[in-house]
Amino acid sequence: MTVTSFTIPPTGLRFENIDKRYGGRYALRRVSFEIEAGECAVLAGRNGSGKTTLLRIAGQIVRPTHGRLSFPGRTAGSDGNSRPGYVGHSTMVYDELTAEENLLLFAKLQKVESPAERAEGLLREVGLFERRTSLVRTFSRGMRQRIAIARALIHRPSVLLLDEPATGLDPLGITWLANSLRELNRAGCTVVMSLHGESEISALATRAVRLDAGNVIADTKTGASLHDILMFGSA
Amino acid sequence: MSLFSNTTVLLSKELRTEFRSRELLTTTVVFILVVLILFSFSISPTTEESREFGPGLLWLAILFAASLMLQPCFLREQSNDTLSSLRLAVSDPFSIFLAKLAANTLFLMVTELIMLPFFAVFYNVPVLPEFSWLTLVLFLGSLGISIAGTALSAISAQARMRELLLPLLLLPLLTPVLVVSATVTVSLFDREPIVKGKGIAFLAVFDVVFLTALWLFGEYLLEE
Repeated sequence: MTVTSFTIPPTGLRFENIDKRYGGRYALRRVSFEIEAGECAVLAGRNGSGKTTLLRIAGQIVRPTHGRLSFPGRTAGSDGNSRPGYVGHSTMVYDELTAEENLLLFAKLQKVESPAERAEGLLREVGLFERRTSLVRTFSRGMRQRIAIARALIHRPSVLLLDEPATGLDPLGITWLANSLRELNRAGCTVVMSLHGESEISALATRAVRLDAGNVIADTKTGASLHDILMFGSA
Repeated sequence: MSLFSNTTVLLSKELRTEFRSRELLTTTVVFILVVLILFSFSISPTTEESREFGPGLLWLAILFAASLMLQPCFLREQSNDTLSSLRLAVSDPFSIFLAKLAANTLFLMVTELIMLPFFAVFYNVPVLPEFSWLTLVLFLGSLGISIAGTALSAISAQARMRELLLPLLLLPLLTPVLVVSATVTVSLFDREPIVKGKGIAFLAVFDVVFLTALWLFGEYLLEE
């Protein structure tokens, strides 16, 4: 596994008074906290608590109704790995393109150096090299999740956002993902992910934030409290 | 330069996915031919009537074909949330629009060029003497339809009654382009240089104005 054969500039994530409203309904209310560079944070909470909305705001896919998002440590005006990598509920890749074509597309759009080599390397790392010329629509759910993760990593992001990343992965896949995230995090990549309950992946967490009805109700960095937040919702 | 390189990469993606699925081209070519042949048999126009009414029918068929083509333009980006990954990947969202409208214009032009010989035969209209001018009018008209249609497709893809919304917004907006395109096409067959010149200038201005508006406000159309 060599997902981190590159230098990652330390970048954090700061939410300041973030509100997100859809019509009259608040998905997030006055959310303020900071994730330091190199942390591995888990967002916990029930369905509809605002985890996905917060991650999509962090990924700059959705604009907050009010408040400010910033990336402490990010070099101003730089391109490439200054943008967060995002793994969502959907695969965010094209079914009508092959695995290789998908990675090449996103590598070229993000001006990755030697896009063909980077795509090939990532395909090997996620275990899809043998299927690189197959259309994504022929992939199983687990394989789709692997290509989705490869797409998010293509530009060597300094912040990686993952929304329930274990979805569709078998136990081997979950172990692979946990190892990859551990390695990325060790190399300095800030990881923020939403999870349900405890797993091999949540064991990587150095920080847990619990949301309920769009509000942050618990936030901790310590071991026992971290377990409580992930499992029961209180520190 | 990033805008143009990203547009080129995205355009090649649009072409690759289309030529692999042949979803849009097959549907529009078949549709436009059926409409033209049906009109021809139901009206049985004389040569004079063909010169007068043919261009109107031609542009009506192009409009129907375009609305079929434009509907899935942004809709198919939603199934896997690929629009979000594109927005994350490109530095200027205008490149997404540019690639899509270039692809739509190209597909429309291909459809029209396939349709022209059938139009000439069924309506007994000589297209060859004015072929270069006709191609220019078809290009400017198709570009206008594609610019407005791509923008509206981005809006309607996020709406609830999306199938209804696109034609509802598209038809009134495209009325000037269609009227002028049809008038200029009639003037080409009637050899009226004044109408031809003014009409082509109008189409070019329409395209530039709508393209500028899309460049200025396009980013907001892609937001959730």
